[in-house]
Amino acid sequence: MIALKTNQKIGMTLLLGLLLVASCIVQWSPYHIADQDLSGRLLAPNGEHWLGTDHFGRDMLTRLASAIQLSFVLSFFCVLTSATLGVSLGVITAWKGGRMAQGMDVIVNILLALPGLVLVLLFAAIVPGSLLVLYLAITLTQWVEYFRVSRAITNTIINSPARQLSQMMGFGPWYQFRRHIWPELTHSILTLASFGGANAILTMASLGFVYVGIQPPMAELGLMSVELFPYYAQAPWILVQPLIAIATLVFGFHLLAGNKHDAAH
Amino acid sequence: MWTLIKHRIFQLILVVWGVGTLTFVLMRSLPGDMAYRIAASRYGQDSVDSAAAELVRQELGLDASWWQSYAQWLTDLVQFNLGKSLVSGLPVIETVQHQLGHSVLLAFTSVLLASLIAIFVGVLSAFRQGTLDHGFLWLSTLLRSMPVFVIGLMLILIFSVAWPILPVAGFGTWQHLVLPTLALALSLAAVSNRVVRNNTLRIIRAPFYQFAAIKGLSTRQTFVQHGIRNISVPVIAFIGIQLVTVIEGIVMIESLFSWPGIGHGLAHAIFARDIPVIQGCALMMGILFVLLNTCVDLLCHWIDPRGAHA
Repeated sequence: MIALKTNQKIGMTLLLGLLLVASCIVQWSPYHIADQDLSGRLLAPNGEHWLGTDHFGRDMLTRLASAIQLSFVLSFFCVLTSATLGVSLGVITAWKGGRMAQGMDVIVNILLALPGLVLVLLFAAIVPGSLLVLYLAITLTQWVEYFRVSRAITNTIINSPARQLSQMMGFGPWYQFRRHIWPELTHSILTLASFGGANAILTMASLGFVYVGIQPPMAELGLMSVELFPYYAQAPWILVQPLIAIATLVFGFHLLAGNKHDAAH
Repeated sequence: MWTLIKHRIFQLILVVWGVGTLTFVLMRSLPGDMAYRIAASRYGQDSVDSAAAELVRQELGLDASWWQSYAQWLTDLVQFNLGKSLVSGLPVIETVQHQLGHSVLLAFTSVLLASLIAIFVGVLSAFRQGTLDHGFLWLSTLLRSMPVFVIGLMLILIFSVAWPILPVAGFGTWQHLVLPTLALALSLAAVSNRVVRNNTLRIIRAPFYQFAAIKGLSTRQTFVQHGIRNISVPVIAFIGIQLVTVIEGIVMIESLFSWPGIGHGLAHAIFARDIPVIQGCALMMGILFVLLNTCVDLLCHWIDPRGAHA
């Protein structure tokens, strides 16, 4: 395991804390995300509704917690799939080269020709409101980054004397991977995964915000922002809540990524 | 230089093919019989029978196999024959051209404003280390954590509730341009000002730069003659990387501020499932992306012709 810096530890604590609190609230809240109470609309925070209620009188705390939980679940699966896919393809491509490398070049060029969000939007247009398609589309745009970085790093290690010596001494590919390649990759992968987690959350919120992502009545941070937007003059405090939640999540992931800002690109 | 342009033309072809294929899949995946739907929109919902649908099918060649219609679809696309909107009935190409102008305006002003902010803040915090540098570091980190629509919403909250001097949404006067541009520019500058700062620091600590100062040039002369060009190449290259953020930001910001551009059009078309318009908008965004990238490439080449960034 890699030693984390203070900032990264703070980021990790922040994210785990948020996840824990959100899960507890979803578990034990007396309300449900779709429970409406039209006589108690746009309430200010009080003893019964700790964060107030929205335009249908739904409990904001429960909805917010559920939305945060959904963001975590989606970003976890996106990061896991795209990292596994990108890193394994990157290492194999760097190792084998030849036809496979050419083929991968073409695929990567196709995926990078369009801005990621436009690609995700087109997928969301094919099957609107589906979490599965959202997950597939985000993964499709994100694995390229892992692929490029791990391929570049592996390329330099393949030619290193240490790796070549291992090969000549008769160690198999799996040992060479674990001994020489993996230790060099872990740090970059952690950074990429943190940014990837943040980007997955941002993409889902962005889609929700333009009304093509997760559909109501599910609670999703971007969707909540746009639903509450018309009430900005009457109840700015409820509009601010999902915004702060998104910013905190992304901030946590950026802290976790460490200081290598440029590694995102 | 020619390799650069060739690479970009190749990318353009990929954009057209990618968008075309995805929207074709979209068209095919719509439920219901296409001939019935078109006949219904032509002759009215009540007077549609299988004979009318059959006529439409014959006329438009809808009974062709999927690869024939796919080829036809791509041929239309290459000839920029984008069809008509399913909602308004207007030719897509006109709508999209109109929207593209607004989007380009927004994109250029935001990139310009973002560069001004980033260069000013970055150079300032590189030359004045200490508190100022730390302050800007925290500010950038905070802004970086907010997606562009959150920044936009914050600006709306400030400029509509607390301090109403600017119009919140819409299009028309120059005042309508201020808030969207500011939101997009702040989100871009939050990252790029750190890049400017790091590169400035790297240059002013370089031996050649310190030698120029030692041989007697004033601070100003040293910076103008030895600093600016060296700093600008990596900075412009980074702006090129950020163009993805610009295009993605345009979708968000235009929807938020009701700016009648491509991003707004795309979001609306997806909501209304208006496929020809989705195709047109996505195509224009892809083309805009490639064009802006080409501009950045050429600019880098012009400043530093050594070809290190080809």
